[in-house]
Amino acid sequence: MQLLEFQAKELFREYGISLLDSISSTNIEEGRKHAKQLGYPFVIKIQVPVGGRGKAGGIQKCQNDDEFDIKYPQVMDLEIKGEKARAILLEKMADIKKELYLSIFLNRSKRCYTIIASADGGVEIESVKNQIIKEIGLGHVSDEVAKEVAKEMGLEGITAEGVVDTLKKLSKLTIEKEAELVEINPLAIMQDDTVMALDGKFVTDDNANFRHEELQKYQERTEIEEQAEKSGFSLIELDGDIAVVGNGAGLVMSTLDMLSDNGGKPACFLDVGGGATTESVYEALTLISKLNRVKGILVNLYGGIVKTTVVAEAFLKAYENNLIDIPVFSRLKGTESEKAKEMLQGSKTKIFDSIEEAINAAVMGTKK
Amino acid sequence: MTDIFELLKGKPGDTDYEKKGVIVQGITGSYGSIHAKQMISYGTNVVAGVTPGKGGQKFEETIPIYNSMQEAVDATNAKISIIFVPAKFFLGAAKDALNSGIKLLVAIPEHVPIRDTMEALDLAKQKGAIIIGPNTPGIMIPELIKIGIMPPMPFKAGKIAVLSKSGTLLYEISDALTNAGFGQSITIGIGGDPVNGTRLIDAFEMVKDISDLEGLVIVGEIGGDSEEMLAQKIMDLGFNKPTVAYIAGRAAPKEKRMGHAGAIVMGTYGSAESKVSMFNKANIPVAKRPAEVPVLLAGKMENRLE
Repeated sequence: MQLLEFQAKELFREYGISLLDSISSTNIEEGRKHAKQLGYPFVIKIQVPVGGRGKAGGIQKCQNDDEFDIKYPQVMDLEIKGEKARAILLEKMADIKKELYLSIFLNRSKRCYTIIASADGGVEIESVKNQIIKEIGLGHVSDEVAKEVAKEMGLEGITAEGVVDTLKKLSKLTIEKEAELVEINPLAIMQDDTVMALDGKFVTDDNANFRHEELQKYQERTEIEEQAEKSGFSLIELDGDIAVVGNGAGLVMSTLDMLSDNGGKPACFLDVGGGATTESVYEALTLISKLNRVKGILVNLYGGIVKTTVVAEAFLKAYENNLIDIPVFSRLKGTESEKAKEMLQGSKTKIFDSIEEAINAAVMGTKK
Repeated sequence: MTDIFELLKGKPGDTDYEKKGVIVQGITGSYGSIHAKQMISYGTNVVAGVTPGKGGQKFEETIPIYNSMQEAVDATNAKISIIFVPAKFFLGAAKDALNSGIKLLVAIPEHVPIRDTMEALDLAKQKGAIIIGPNTPGIMIPELIKIGIMPPMPFKAGKIAVLSKSGTLLYEISDALTNAGFGQSITIGIGGDPVNGTRLIDAFEMVKDISDLEGLVIVGEIGGDSEEMLAQKIMDLGFNKPTVAYIAGRAAPKEKRMGHAGAIVMGTYGSAESKVSMFNKANIPVAKRPAEVPVLLAGKMENRLE
């Protein structure tokens, strides 16, 4: 999962990384109390799990109560890259000299932690110039490596010491919480030459969740996503009207691609996992029945060992229990597909020999 | 570089040539037992199983079960194992195998923490062993040996190598290849995790020198940069066997994990566009649909003859 800024900063604080005073809130009444506590001037920052907040107007300076009453709701109502505000962070205004970039990430191809640092931070990583990249193995960042990085960034004195200290704390945090990425951008040089983290990004390895009970309070799931996880499915809600179900992440992604190529709009990505059984398909249909906007269901199953008749039973059961009343367009690969077709004759589930045919029918059949 | 064919088949003249022993870790679990049976019926020589606490029992009344990998390896001298334990026990099982002399480890579990994968890889490197996976369907030489969970129907012996991050797409595309008359010399599941024991470039190293190889199919997906690295390698080496790629996830939203832990686009890192453009640069056509793969491959072969 990707943490919000204020959540990442909670972890930064726990690990002793320097921060400005800040408080998060979820409504204006709460926010007003915090404004008094914090004192003007401060910055109102939208909390969304995506970048590009500044450009979208999600970060606003605020000097007094009048401005607060106008800007707080404005920022709260923004939608950035489809993401609504989860909270608002009020943070003291900083007088800074320069912005640096610092991150540690899990290097997938080199299979080790890697530092990226730059003296030219404050912009998105793709545009950060003069990147210093250091592979550091699986252990903590040593004093020596941290000093080397600060030196290569061209820093001296208190600032260099601050970067060394921050880097070591960042590495401790990355390793102990098993993060895939921890980023401070910008790490600001203040007027007194000390450094402070003005923003924070933190991405965890979800597969290590069982070892990190303490991070679970940050987990953000819709009710449907939670049910999907209980069933061992992966479900991602999208904004179209054709639900896409299949077994295997690659196959479902591929189905999503082909549907989009043909002008269809996916309502969700639902991977029931490698195998497919009557129960898992029925469970998947149950979840889809709870999604809004869905006009049709596109099913792409590569059964392999599974008989398609077993899957057909799930559809029949779903109609029998009035679970769904929308058309299902399916391509079932596996044994006994002729028999499965017979079973579903006259029902709202159509079986096609190829996924291409199923997609065409789904796009046509859901057009209104 | 270890010769994967020597590991999987042995050398002509060896007493166990083309019937190399395989140990199944987690053989008594529901998943492990189903797939142990499937592997045996495919012809894989499963010589032992390991389940701590169940040593002395027999699987299917014939295959001995041991408490530890050391006992199993001592008794069978096998160099290959396949792991079916739950993700949180993967690292322990992998260490047990590697410390007992296993040289090829196929890691089936999904949801293994990345840190555990990296630790297992570190140990494998010290021991000179190969890990395939985690989160892989496995590795197979069709009609000879299957160390994995793939259904047998899509595959047929032949001369095309297939490397795939995704399991079901491996089946889907191999099926399309088989139907078009392209059998497979070997298929390797890389796995859908962010960190893979055998990366696409490593798998490529394993297959590129097969003497009668007639073509290569690369099945990638969004996330990471292993497809880009492979495209670069193919260019650098001037590898000229007909090669075709497929990339899943063009329509996936950014910063969302699409089912596989590794399938996530961060900014432009891991995007389908980046991978497709690198393959194009390497003169490797990228199929839009799985069914298009054999068509493009046939086209590449024809071009070559002209």
